[in-house]
Amino acid sequence: MATDVSTAPATGAVRLLGRKSVRHSVQIGVSAVIIAIGAIVTLIPLAWMLSTSVKSNGEVFLVPIRWIPSKIVLSTYVQATQTIPFLIYAVNSAHITLLVVIGTVVSSSLVAFAFARLRARGRDLMFLALLSTMMLPAEVTLVPTYLIFKALGWVDTYNPLIVPSYFADAFSVFLLRQFYMTIPLELDDAAKIDGSGYTGIYWRIILPLSKPALATVAIFAFFNSWNSFEGPLIYLNTMTKYTIPVGLNFFLTEHGSTPWNQMMAASVMAMIPCLIVFFFAQRTFIQGTVLTGLKG
Amino acid sequence: MARIANARSSPRRGSLARREELAFYLFASPWLIGFIIWIAGPMVISLLLSFADYDIITPPSFSGLDNYVQLLTNDDLVWQSLKVTGLYSLGAIPLGLITAFVLALLMNQKVRGIAGFRTIYYMPAVIAGVPVALLWMWILNPDFGILNNALAFVGITGPKWLFSESWVIPAFVLMSLWTIGAPMIIYLAGLQGIPQHLYEAAELDGAGPWSKFTHVTIPMITPIIFFNAIIGVIGSFQIFTPAYVMTNGGPANASLFYGLYLYNNAFRYFKMGYASALAWLMFFIILALSLLVVRSSPYWVYYEGGRGDGGI
Repeated sequence: MATDVSTAPATGAVRLLGRKSVRHSVQIGVSAVIIAIGAIVTLIPLAWMLSTSVKSNGEVFLVPIRWIPSKIVLSTYVQATQTIPFLIYAVNSAHITLLVVIGTVVSSSLVAFAFARLRARGRDLMFLALLSTMMLPAEVTLVPTYLIFKALGWVDTYNPLIVPSYFADAFSVFLLRQFYMTIPLELDDAAKIDGSGYTGIYWRIILPLSKPALATVAIFAFFNSWNSFEGPLIYLNTMTKYTIPVGLNFFLTEHGSTPWNQMMAASVMAMIPCLIVFFFAQRTFIQGTVLTGLKG
Repeated sequence: MARIANARSSPRRGSLARREELAFYLFASPWLIGFIIWIAGPMVISLLLSFADYDIITPPSFSGLDNYVQLLTNDDLVWQSLKVTGLYSLGAIPLGLITAFVLALLMNQKVRGIAGFRTIYYMPAVIAGVPVALLWMWILNPDFGILNNALAFVGITGPKWLFSESWVIPAFVLMSLWTIGAPMIIYLAGLQGIPQHLYEAAELDGAGPWSKFTHVTIPMITPIIFFNAIIGVIGSFQIFTPAYVMTNGGPANASLFYGLYLYNNAFRYFKMGYASALAWLMFFIILALSLLVVRSSPYWVYYEGGRGDGGI
């Protein structure tokens, strides 16, 4: 299947090579068509969402459906922000996400440095414990964690959503540690000769050289926090404290007949920050996905 | 470890090693403290709670094995939620795996514009959560949704999807296929990481395209398939957001995913002890399934340089 022209023996008969490359280009052509169809199918839901978001109330429920509305109604976006306090939710989400990103990056990069560079008895065992927490379903700790936060009086505050991120995230530590290990130890030695302590090595050698990995961790933390639903649903009770996902769900449950055009408009607005980050940091993001998936 | 032992044998380096160890604990302290407060502590509490009744208002009371007896013998909804989760996994995991793998194979063939296609396929994975759930509710709407309208276009009367007991799980499976971009990229990277010389060697041995596929590509990619399969099983047990938002378990509990049932027990019925027992049942099921996959892996997973250690 994965034939490559370059793998054909250079000494092969011209006739054989010719037949092979014809078959090869047909194969690539067929693949390209299938991939393109798949890409269109992937994009249809998004197109449908955009199309619905600019339809008038009447046209939303038109059968057969109309892809391009007879009149493009941008006011649905304004209405959506009035039906629910969308802007307040957006500020709340941004507030939480910003603090989570900072917490995750700072704490995980420190911990990863310890595991990548500093020797201590039992370190390997601790790293194994760290890896196994990645496999632990969050549900096991869900109830006790809630009870702890309740005892602290933190229910209906943002603390339960933010504070845990300052205690390092196993996945981020793993990713950063793998990256730090690729930085040559000679650089550490050079810094030591110049009189740097461990903090100096971390700050002047490791951190500046790890910007791509730190960006990956930051981006993953951003997506996880921005899209997270169960945590905010459990901990936030006051409507004005809701995040976007909880607010969107509220939108759904509080309206007898669903205003789908407004709902889709609000969903589009909720997705925009993610899409922007994705388009600007696509390579970083995809590399991060690959790195975590290929560790097998 | 050997190096540490060496360091300790010389007294002068001994103090250096101690300084290094102290630095380790300082740098690792966020995780070490976090491990105690957010993982180890809660696990102990959860285990204790699973042997108790606790409704948050009155203090917990020890109830022995009651919760476990109840959930194993006297709660039809546990079995219903296991059935829902299992059926969904049986549909979504193999289908997702095959689709993602086939797409990756196609994209690995020097097709022009790969970067663009990769972006498109990956996009749905980026916008996870509630907006996606809302979008799919609208797509799957029996009367006005795009799916049934497309089916009507080719003369098929579409099912009621989320409103039908028999079609709600297929609807969730369909939705899961929209986000195969992430595993696809992992497979693609895996395929691109297969050393070219293996294919060349196979060719010298007279292998055709099919034989190269079955004897080089498949063996080289199985560790990744294996990893994705485990992640898929764990993921199915944790499905919450789409189930909560789109159907809330309905109709007639036909989409009562295990994660949703656990949430309901904890935060709707405030049965904290029972929810903890459910969490431990889930923990052991996931552990057993993962071990099953790991133990069976020597029969179908190829690790370069002998047997691997199960994905770490």
